[in-house]
Amino acid sequence: MKHIRNFCIIAHIDHGKSTLADRLLDFTGAVTDREKKEQLLDSMDLERERGITIKSHAIQMEYTYQSQEYVLNLIDTPGHVDFSYEVSRSIAACEGALLVVDAAQSIQAQTISNLYLALENDLEIIPVLNKVDLPSANPEEVTDDIVDLLGCDTEEVIPASAKTGIGIEEILSAIIERIPPPEGNPDESLQALVFDSVYNPFRGVETYFRVINGEIKKGQKIKFVATDKDYFADEVGTLKLTQEIKQSVKAGDVGYLITGIKDAREVKVGDTITDAAKPTKNAIEGFEDVKPMVFAGIYPVDTDEFEELRSSMEKLQLNDASLVFAPESSAALGFGFRCGFLGMLHMEIIQERLEREFNMTVITTVPNVSYHAFTRKNPDTALIVNNPTDLPDPSSIDRVEEPYIKATIITKSDFVGNVMSLCIEKRGQITNQTYLTTERVELNFDMPLAEIVFDFYDRLKTVSKGYASFDYAPIGMRKSKLVRVDILLNAQPVDALSALIHADNAVTIGKKMCEKLKELIPRQQFDIPIQAAIGAKIISRETTKALRKDVTAKCYGGDISRKRKLLEKQKKGKKRMRQVGNVEVPQEAFMAVLKLND
Amino acid sequence: MGKKEAMVSALRKELELRKGEFQNETVETIYFGGGTPSVLSCEEINDIINSVYENYQVSENPEVTLEANPDDLSKNQIIQLFKSPINRLSIGIQSFFEEDLKLMNRAHNAQEAEQCIREATKHFDNISIDLIYGIPEMTNERWIQNIEKALSYDVPHISSYALTVEPKTALASFIQKGIIKPVDDEVAQEHFKILLDKMETAGFKCYEISNFGKPGYFSKNNTAYWQQKKYIGIGPSAHSYDGGRRSWNINNNPKYIKSIENNKLPVEIEVLSKTDKYNEYVMTGLRTIWGVSLTKVQEEFGKQYLKYLLQQADKYLEEQLLFIDDDKLIATKKGRFLADGIAADLFMINL
Repeated sequence: MKHIRNFCIIAHIDHGKSTLADRLLDFTGAVTDREKKEQLLDSMDLERERGITIKSHAIQMEYTYQSQEYVLNLIDTPGHVDFSYEVSRSIAACEGALLVVDAAQSIQAQTISNLYLALENDLEIIPVLNKVDLPSANPEEVTDDIVDLLGCDTEEVIPASAKTGIGIEEILSAIIERIPPPEGNPDESLQALVFDSVYNPFRGVETYFRVINGEIKKGQKIKFVATDKDYFADEVGTLKLTQEIKQSVKAGDVGYLITGIKDAREVKVGDTITDAAKPTKNAIEGFEDVKPMVFAGIYPVDTDEFEELRSSMEKLQLNDASLVFAPESSAALGFGFRCGFLGMLHMEIIQERLEREFNMTVITTVPNVSYHAFTRKNPDTALIVNNPTDLPDPSSIDRVEEPYIKATIITKSDFVGNVMSLCIEKRGQITNQTYLTTERVELNFDMPLAEIVFDFYDRLKTVSKGYASFDYAPIGMRKSKLVRVDILLNAQPVDALSALIHADNAVTIGKKMCEKLKELIPRQQFDIPIQAAIGAKIISRETTKALRKDVTAKCYGGDISRKRKLLEKQKKGKKRMRQVGNVEVPQEAFMAVLKLND
Repeated sequence: MGKKEAMVSALRKELELRKGEFQNETVETIYFGGGTPSVLSCEEINDIINSVYENYQVSENPEVTLEANPDDLSKNQIIQLFKSPINRLSIGIQSFFEEDLKLMNRAHNAQEAEQCIREATKHFDNISIDLIYGIPEMTNERWIQNIEKALSYDVPHISSYALTVEPKTALASFIQKGIIKPVDDEVAQEHFKILLDKMETAGFKCYEISNFGKPGYFSKNNTAYWQQKKYIGIGPSAHSYDGGRRSWNINNNPKYIKSIENNKLPVEIEVLSKTDKYNEYVMTGLRTIWGVSLTKVQEEFGKQYLKYLLQQADKYLEEQLLFIDDDKLIATKKGRFLADGIAADLFMINL
């Protein structure tokens, strides 16, 4: 066990985490030249395309250091706030972490919150100053930032370039020298932490774990503590680039397990695996059922495809246990599903995967958070409102509560004013302001989660010229003055476009929504009034005028084929639209509320 | 040989080169149009018509139209033309108002417009005039006066189009610079309604969205386009249709002439699929009083197409944008202005 090192990499998006991982694999010979692909660990197409890690991954390297053979387990963590729980479990599986900081951009909010997580778990931190070869790099200053943050010595910071290979050897020796080997008792009853699972259509769910105590053996009868279910370990092994089957995986090591489980929901990240006959008394702390934060309806564009959508969602859920959904129906869109997501990125990913992997054309409705409504009749019982249309009649409501978050924003001091105005506009209350250095400020706000859902990230980037980074953590429910803004197309309310909005902003947002929809809904055979309403009161109105262009132009000889082609193109465009009443509404219109400031 | 002579001789040669295409057909209409054919002299026009007679079988009383601009139609020219086989004039009046003509950058003025009609009606009985509506700054009153002026000359046919601003024209750049107000769809629609009412009262039939004629004076040539008849288009950029293929000549005069001189047709061809033909029939049919014949759809395209057509038409029938008369699917007065959008919906598309 003293030759095992388990570590993860903490970094902000684009600071070079995946590239550094690739370089480590190269250097230790874990990957042959033939297997080399950019961002090796990001195996989903979507991950490689977007350049971000969505799922955690793990890989084992062998490295000879001072004539000793070492096993290095790298646990790659997701790089987005939507997946922070997965990050926390990956961190819990390690003894050390590489803190990768971009030498040009310095420390970002996400890095800090993950760093705190790592420190809470007593991880040994190895600071790596990445991208030192870039012309815009500012190594001295950023090194100072790191030293300030960690309270370490300047010499401990390793200058590196994952791209060119500078510093890789130093990083490897630091991993071995500085990160402690795992502790744990191989003779105790099995206790292993599940930090990820991957769905394989042929082999079922592959569970990734870190053994804390005892060992997991092929054929052993095991138990998952949280779900209280027993399975046989059909296959165990370690995670090289391809899986390496083993008879057992012992305390301190990282591996995979196949039990024939076909449903990802049975394997919960953070759960403890133990021996079924001789269960451990100590489940690993920190297990949580992941709760969805953002909700939206997903509907098939073609109403006939509801069943097909259901089966696609079920298959998606097999490998993404954090996706939850329940059937719902909308007067405007027919039958579909109300889905819960970890965050906005997660929502986009699900939508994209449905389209790519299952060839479904879907409409996603305006996302919302989960509200608690209390009626006058029952002022102590919360009604959970995951869909704006479920909000009880305003006259019967005692109060509504909405989820709040603690937002951490790190920005250059030049942009503090802009960032503050944005957060205040978004109903944030500042709770703290700390100068990390003279240049960099950390701001804390209490803010409604709903405001993050509505175009917050993009605007934060804009007002800070890209220099602000952001992270958040839920802090519970708070009372709020919310109203439902309904949208009417051609005098028909379209429930899928309703949104719960703070009363003070409702009129402004209603107006913007109408304007945006006017832009997005193409001209049709008749005038379409677009209205926003609170209850029976119309607060805004726009009109999309009827289509009439070109019909009055000449139509002889050659005009005929030009016109036919033009109309054919128009008709093809309609295929991606959804008929609501007698109005054709394009997919983007349902998300219009998110892009009000574009 | 001057450029004009070279062009005329190329046109005559193309007529000859293509006679094989119309071996079993009778030419029923001859149309000089597109651009300004009135720049041709009477002799040149006669020569071209003679080439048609030399190479094609022509019906006894063909409709022979010349598109002409008012400034090309002098008193003398009109008399000369009347002596030629030309028996129909289509005069590009556009407007009887100076400000409209200026805005559209026309070569003639209001006075010439009136003068030439006065002269033309003395000789020709079958005259059509073009009028443009929806011009920026054109009030409803001025539009009504335009129509009334046209009607006062007792011409039997009027073609009328909404102004469309083509990109890269002087008008487009004026609009972009804010010198001229942009074209307003709303105004165009109102002008169209006024036009329909006025023409109907005056005894004209709107036999196609942009074409109004008294009984017996519908343009036979243009009607052929909407009824999928065969036609041969001679000259640069001209389109032809042989019942299955649409072809068009190169749109460059010197290249056209050079190619024809080398006995080569400078042509591009597009073969229309059954679906293309169906789509075109529906699109053009809905623009006319003849509508879309259900029998024809079944016979030419098959039961599947008919079924699809009726299924797609259903909601428009309900909304009274379409109606069925006998076995024809026809756009209602209200539906006619929306004919493009409706047609697109009735289109068959292979996705």
